[in-house]
Amino acid sequence: MPGYAERVKVFGIYIQGGPIGVVVTTGGIRRVIEFRAVTKRFEDGTIAVDELDLTVEAGTITVFVGPSGCGKTTSLRMVNRMIDPTSGTILVDGKDVLTVDPPTLRRGIGYVIQQAGLFPHRTVLDNIATVPLLSGWDKRKARTRAAELLEIVGLDANFGKRYPAQLSGGQQQRVGVARALAADPPVLLMDEPFSAVDPVVREDLQNELLRLQAEFDKTIVFVTHDIDEALKLGERVAVFQTGGHLAQYAKPAELLSAPANDFVASFVGRDRGYRTLTFLHADVPVHPVTTAKLGERVTITDWTLVVDEENRPKGWLSGVDGEVEVAEKDLISGGSLYDGTTLRGALDAALSSPSALGVVVDGAGAVTGVVHAGDVIQALAKARAAGEVPK
Amino acid sequence: MGWLFDPAHWSGSSGIPVRLLEHFGYTLLTMVIAALIAIPLGAFVGHTGKGGFVIVGLSNALRALPTTAVLILVVLWAGLGDFPVYVALVLLAIPPIMAGTYAGVRAVDPVTVDAARGVGMRESGVLLQVEIPNALPLIFGGFRGAALQVVATATIAAYTGAGGLGRFVFDGLALQDFGQMLAGAVLVALLAVLVDLGFAGLQRLTVSPGLRPVGTGGNR
Ligand SMILES: Nc1ncnc2c1ncn2[C@@H]1O[C@H](COP(=O)(O)OP(=O)(O)OP(=O)(O)O)[C@@H](O)[C@H]1O
Ligand SMILES: [Mg+2]
Repeated sequence: MPGYAERVKVFGIYIQGGPIGVVVTTGGIRRVIEFRAVTKRFEDGTIAVDELDLTVEAGTITVFVGPSGCGKTTSLRMVNRMIDPTSGTILVDGKDVLTVDPPTLRRGIGYVIQQAGLFPHRTVLDNIATVPLLSGWDKRKARTRAAELLEIVGLDANFGKRYPAQLSGGQQQRVGVARALAADPPVLLMDEPFSAVDPVVREDLQNELLRLQAEFDKTIVFVTHDIDEALKLGERVAVFQTGGHLAQYAKPAELLSAPANDFVASFVGRDRGYRTLTFLHADVPVHPVTTAKLGERVTITDWTLVVDEENRPKGWLSGVDGEVEVAEKDLISGGSLYDGTTLRGALDAALSSPSALGVVVDGAGAVTGVVHAGDVIQALAKARAAGEVPK
Repeated sequence: MGWLFDPAHWSGSSGIPVRLLEHFGYTLLTMVIAALIAIPLGAFVGHTGKGGFVIVGLSNALRALPTTAVLILVVLWAGLGDFPVYVALVLLAIPPIMAGTYAGVRAVDPVTVDAARGVGMRESGVLLQVEIPNALPLIFGGFRGAALQVVATATIAAYTGAGGLGRFVFDGLALQDFGQMLAGAVLVALLAVLVDLGFAGLQRLTVSPGLRPVGTGGNR
């Protein structure tokens, strides 16, 4: 019995019916989605998508973002023929989707929607096994596969027997993702899959998606109207403008630094300068900080960072002068931690800290020092001078 | 009540057990025929969303038909026997079952139906694997309502010389034997309760626990 890590690696090569060989393990099955002059006009005359030209790269997450009613859902649903275009062509892997019978096409394309859309009368396991069963897998194999998927999306095995009504929104969403992945489709369409859950769960699900993508190398089209989500998840981001126009299709950093027009600039938002920091990796000087452990007697003169036995931050101590015993009740809880990745993290750590000192931690979570907001600004200026930030 | 408990009335070809079985037979066969007609019709119209007005109009027209009049007309046309009884009862049972099925299928969350298409089900699969299973509670609602009406109305079978518990009512009326009439009425009510319990049991077996009100269903 292979271990967890080994087993998931094998998924990449499973398609309907079983493993198809070693050749495809390098990169899995790659798909490109091409929109060529695609227009959708509904019966009532609404033009939802207007002459869309766009290529979704294989093995990437491409995000469609834009205000409500700009045609994101319509564009997405034309890929699996839930809607047929009025004119133009959509190619998946070079094949015109209009030449494929819709149910067959859809079984090869995972589809996740905002409200999860689970079948209320089926157990979680049976929901996940839907597409394998439709594709003619035998029952036992489909069940086994469904159980594996449950684990992959981070749900305990005993959720399998539950019905959708007995799950939280976030759990339902995970099951929706599992159902879409069950037959191992190379392409995944996701329409605002995480917008109905709270911010904490949403961030969890986003990280999970990035992990899944890194592991299974799917071609994912992800729709959202949340620009932060778009910038976080997208390798490429397509910004749609009302009326079904594609305003800009670019990498996140480029959207922020060089918006194609006023619409993109305003949609990307006022704090886009701040968001740009997400894409900058520069050295910020790390300063030493006074630390103390709980129960120690120390002489406090300035902000002191209290740490646990493993040197992980617990909170700040201040407001006293002279010798005190460090007690849990006197701690002022700290801000975000900076793990040395992006300038945004460094600045946020400094800005959110009660001491204005951003706590820097290493991979194990142990304190290595602090950063100052001023240093981040200087690092930004340096990066700009070095031409790392496009003007 | 003496009539009901007289052992003499519990045996023979016109005894209580035979009449009960006859009555139950009318009900069961009527419900099967009516379901075979009404469920596909209601489901199809509910699924396509087209022709809803036909369902409503047909239901209302059928509901307005006086069952006795139908019975007499069919007797005049086809003669005495069980056949007219079934025609009258089936026409009585169709509207509630058809309305329940139609409403049930229409009431399935459009998101669920969209998801069914999205995962690659064909239209038949959408209807049979998703819409009908989710519509079952409402289908059973219509079905059980129809069954109660049929049990009560099957007494008129005796009117055309056929059997069933109606014999006790009509014979009792003719003989001014009110004990027998009362016994007939009580037995009909009793049978109605039993039939409803039976269908309630069937409902429990066939409706997914996932469709019960939250907190009561499923294996925890
Ligand atoms: N079936 C339809 N008939 C007519 N108009 C439609 C239909 N579906 C969508 N539209 C219109 O097409 C436009 C694009 O709709 P679409 O659902 O693609 O927007 P969206 O970008 O996904 O918006 P949201 O962020 O609100 O989901 C809207 O103006 C919408 O009203
Ligand atoms: Mg949408």
